[in-house]
Amino acid sequence: MSAPLLEVVDVAKRFSAGTRFSRQGVRIVHALDGVSFTVMPGETLGLVGESGCGKSTLGRCITRLYDLTSGTLRFAGTDISALSQRQMRPMRRRIQMVFQDPYASLNPRRRVRDLIAEPLRVHTGMSEAEISKRIAELLDIVGLKPDHAMRFPHEFSGGQRQRIGIARAIALNPELIVLDEPVSALDVSVQAQIVNLLADLQERLNLTYIFIAHDLSVVRQVSTRIAVMYLGSIVEMGSADDIFSRPAHPYTQALISAVPVPDLAAQGSTKRIVLTGDVPSPVNPPSGCRFHTRCPIAQDRCRSERPVLVPSAPQRSVACHFPTC
Amino acid sequence: MLKVRKLSVTFRTEQGMVQAVDHVSFDVGEGELLGVVGESGSGKTVSLLAVMGLITDPNAVITGSIQYRGRELVGMKPRDMRALRGKEIAMIFQDPMTALTPVYTIGWQIAEQVLAHEKISKAAAWQRAIDLLAEVNIPNPQEAVHRYPHQLSGGMRQRVVIAMALSCNPALLVADEPTTALDVTVQAQILDLLHKLRRNHGSAIVFITHDMGVMAEIADRMLVMYAGRVVERGTKEELFLQPLHPYTRALLDSIPPLTGEKPKRLRAIPGTPPNLLNRPLGCAFAPRCIERFEKCSAEPALGDGKNAAACFRVSA
Repeated sequence: MSAPLLEVVDVAKRFSAGTRFSRQGVRIVHALDGVSFTVMPGETLGLVGESGCGKSTLGRCITRLYDLTSGTLRFAGTDISALSQRQMRPMRRRIQMVFQDPYASLNPRRRVRDLIAEPLRVHTGMSEAEISKRIAELLDIVGLKPDHAMRFPHEFSGGQRQRIGIARAIALNPELIVLDEPVSALDVSVQAQIVNLLADLQERLNLTYIFIAHDLSVVRQVSTRIAVMYLGSIVEMGSADDIFSRPAHPYTQALISAVPVPDLAAQGSTKRIVLTGDVPSPVNPPSGCRFHTRCPIAQDRCRSERPVLVPSAPQRSVACHFPTC
Repeated sequence: MLKVRKLSVTFRTEQGMVQAVDHVSFDVGEGELLGVVGESGSGKTVSLLAVMGLITDPNAVITGSIQYRGRELVGMKPRDMRALRGKEIAMIFQDPMTALTPVYTIGWQIAEQVLAHEKISKAAAWQRAIDLLAEVNIPNPQEAVHRYPHQLSGGMRQRVVIAMALSCNPALLVADEPTTALDVTVQAQILDLLHKLRRNHGSAIVFITHDMGVMAEIADRMLVMYAGRVVERGTKEELFLQPLHPYTRALLDSIPPLTGEKPKRLRAIPGTPPNLLNRPLGCAFAPRCIERFEKCSAEPALGDGKNAAACFRVSA
């Protein structure tokens, strides 16, 4: 077995909110708490969870857009968790990111060719002629036309803008791409095009993906393995098939059962678990298991003792005192 | 109870006329849940805003007929429309944060609506607000009435918006993507709640969504819209089990499945929805359709049947 491309060890990220003059004083938001996993080259790790679970924060920590509060990030064997922004620069060629909102992540005043050329100008010594050639090549790879290069972002539809964002991310031949909700702002018919494009690119360019999304059916489609997050921690991790066919954590079960299925035949075959209440605030997370306030099978032990993510089967781990399988 | 005939909404813009809704006809029966699906820009929201009399843009031209229990709503005096809206026809919006005013408590906002439509005392209206919050499962309604929208989570805010819509026991409820902004577990709670309220109040509901999964769960009958027109109509069973229009089929096929074998590739619909400023001649879906043939350069009509599709492949 080859070495992991990315190792995330016990990563925590805390933000402070408010000032000492606010009514509640300075509050600490526990966005990520004790997150560990590895990503193998060529695989797609899906990160799922509801809003506020920390999945986007994790993506931004991995790309070092945020500094970690504690923990270690190792990329291809190198510890990148404490590198300065300057030291990080050569690493950025190898780790790229695609953002959710293709309207907000492209500078409206720059032409497509300049948007895609920027990483090439910053990181390579390519001549203008070489850059032009590379841009034409990239546009072709992501399914855009050569004459699109001179246009501005507002001239494109949402799906096409996301293609521009992807072209920019693959411009430097990265090894790892963190995709933060890349299809959730798109219409279903266009969403499928982008999912297919990402799959093609992965095969063609030998890419490794971390795919962050809240849409479970999309995550199942693209992922090799899936990590389910709740309130800043991973509660369950395993292969995509295992997570969906035999979810072990009560939260994963509830999450999967809550997805409305566009298939009349399948309806009624599964019992929907409706969770009560909302996700608690990460400012003041519950004691013990963070899910106990909404868990249908919570016991006394869950309120006091925090379960750790332990392997329950090969390639499978669950953070629950009473996992179902 | 609601009869919409040949409704068209056209906006005058600097670039030209945009026909956002084009000869749309549909009916809603008493107590029925009609689902309207379509992608962004398909005209689903605009056609229902027209029903609500909420298109106030002076550059909008509304033609056709909207009859609610025999009363014509197109061209109705704003004053009469105001008396109807909120009382008999109510709306739930997609984004509960913008649907609520941030500067008043939620109790005040619900009571205001009740006072506008009914001759009751302030205290009774306040009590009604508390009862409504209890009905939409807001914990501790006595205290919750004093809260401001920013103090509530997204799911709670959507419950408040629903409570407000229900405050006068409307006969028709228009829900515009009420769960799209919510997480799935919260969406499940809200869909459960709508089921319960439908049983208790018997209101007819028009539910707009782009999520076929939500549709499969709640709709009785459905309309599929594309580029401002209705391309297919039928019962939920007809649409899911035997979709007639190639667009409906393609839409269902492009959704990744949650169970069973994973397809190697998703069956995506090529291209993008048309720009309404520059609508293709003939069938608007033809440029993206794998089943197009010569006839598609003309415009297909939607048949009159209960289950019909605007497609030459179907009528042929």
